[in-house]
Amino acid sequence: MHKTIDQINERIRDGSARVVTAEEMPAIVAELGETGALKEVDVVTTGTFGAMCSSGAFFNFGHADPPIRMERIWLNNVEAYGGLAAVDTYIGATQQSDTREDQYGGAHVMEDLVAGKTIELRASSRGTDCYPRRTITTELLLEDLNQAIMCNPRNAYQRYNAAINTTDRVLHTYMGTLLPNCGNVTFSGSGGLNPISNDPKFRLIGSGVPIFLCGAPGMVIGEGTQHSPAGGFGTLMVTGDMKKMSPDYLAAATMYGYGVTLYVGLGIPLPVLDLDVVRATAVRDEDISVDMIDYGVPSRSRPLIRKVTYAELRSGSVEVNGEIVRTSSLSSYRRARAVAQELADWIKKGSMTLSLPTRPIDATRQVKPMHQTSKGPRVMDIMDRQIVSISESEEIKTAAQKLLKGETNHLPVINGEGTLVGIVTTFDVSKAVANPGKAKLVRDIMKKKVVTTTIDEAVDIAVHKLEKFNISALPVVDAEHHVIGMLTAINLGKLFGGRWLK
Amino acid sequence: MKLLVNFSRGKGRKPIIAQVVRDTGVLINVERAVIDSSEGEALIDVPDDQCQLVRNSMTSLGARVRMLEHGIHFNEQECVDCGACISICPNEVFSFTPDWKLALAEERCVLCGKCIEACPHQALMLPL
Repeated sequence: MHKTIDQINERIRDGSARVVTAEEMPAIVAELGETGALKEVDVVTTGTFGAMCSSGAFFNFGHADPPIRMERIWLNNVEAYGGLAAVDTYIGATQQSDTREDQYGGAHVMEDLVAGKTIELRASSRGTDCYPRRTITTELLLEDLNQAIMCNPRNAYQRYNAAINTTDRVLHTYMGTLLPNCGNVTFSGSGGLNPISNDPKFRLIGSGVPIFLCGAPGMVIGEGTQHSPAGGFGTLMVTGDMKKMSPDYLAAATMYGYGVTLYVGLGIPLPVLDLDVVRATAVRDEDISVDMIDYGVPSRSRPLIRKVTYAELRSGSVEVNGEIVRTSSLSSYRRARAVAQELADWIKKGSMTLSLPTRPIDATRQVKPMHQTSKGPRVMDIMDRQIVSISESEEIKTAAQKLLKGETNHLPVINGEGTLVGIVTTFDVSKAVANPGKAKLVRDIMKKKVVTTTIDEAVDIAVHKLEKFNISALPVVDAEHHVIGMLTAINLGKLFGGRWLK
Repeated sequence: MKLLVNFSRGKGRKPIIAQVVRDTGVLINVERAVIDSSEGEALIDVPDDQCQLVRNSMTSLGARVRMLEHGIHFNEQECVDCGACISICPNEVFSFTPDWKLALAEERCVLCGKCIEACPHQALMLPL
């Protein structure tokens, strides 16, 4: 048995279609069986509501008198793209305000417009014969724009890795605040309600398919950027009319220490055509697993801690290395459900009918890493290989002599086995001399918590460490924690010798 | 009971909190404090039954004291019920209701403020 899209649309139009959400579907299939569910259900609606950084909108402002060809454009001091001429622009969600930094950005401009607030447009131009005007400042409401078309290059990620932090300091990431020493786990996504997870082979989701986007009817344009369905990370490019959107389903946000992003509510109705659709839409949170990744490693390939399902993540805590760790969702399951429910209501009312893709989306693609023609500098390229170190049982006076003789400000402290156990600086030694107390030996004054680097670490990451901890040197250690070099602020000068910067 | 204490450090730089601890014998828990050269503000926690005693003692030393009856201020309008705050809070103030709405157990809040940064929607603020 199978149903055609025309039969389903016929039922939608005469009000007899049975529409359920993807959350309800597993129970229906369990109760009625696959064939029974196919007979019973016509449409399954999906929904997700979470941070989707790769979002934005095209605006057309209409022409001023005298007219201007805008080259640089700001909306509430957030710069928008000026390369579209003459009164068109694209504003991206993550672009930050020139004046308010991460407290206001492109996402907030979109949120304010949808909420009916006034936006200040500022634009400048060099002036041409046909567009003589050089500057303009005006206040606009959403209704004043000719078009406000949301167009999001990468939305609706099929799933997303969960994040954990094995380092001993707090990390502020796009996955939220990650507490030190595996103190919490963050995750994102609506699991069994996610649109692509209910159609992982892209039989129903493709170009031209109608969707719910931030409370307005919208459409799938095609595959999203970074679309990688082969590994379970499909994405969609979507569009919708911003003038019809609702503040309930679009919310600007700031991830502390990371920046501005936009929470987008997105849902796709799936026509239940055959048993394959029934099986795909019976997916549950338990069936979808993601990698729990250590965000403490600042590299493209971060280590996998374990696999974990959405059901475990949503339960509030997961087990990591024998300990119970609390979880935080960054996306809203409540609003994802509301999206799927409202979309179901639209279809029950007959205000949205379904279409099959006019152009399919490739379900086998795999994203490639960046092709890098030049590798950035690594620690080994600029580090000092001559190391002046000291043993923890030596006297402070010896440390002072070594600092002077070695013409350095940092002495890595080595134990009997030759491994790094601390660091002393000229500051530590001066302090001990200026305030003579009980401290006699290096181990009494050394800092035991040493921030280190490795020979193959990118210099950018080492510099980030120097800045973050407000220090001026990093011992370079090998796998056994032997010191094999030192990276100091002075070494960074080598970068400006023309060797790396062209 | 939590008290918010404001004091100026103009003359003599009196050690107000230490003085009150000595005079009243009440052990004061300072939960957070910002003190610069001219003024200071401290959020202190004292046992409910000794609250008035501490308050009077502080006031007599020239401090302004306000009782804080509320935990973290929650702006329901801004909240999207994501739950980013849940795993950050050391006192398990936040949880979900069965229908995934964010719920607060305000009485557990010690106003540490850790959730404020963690909230992507700026829905949490100190009640000042």
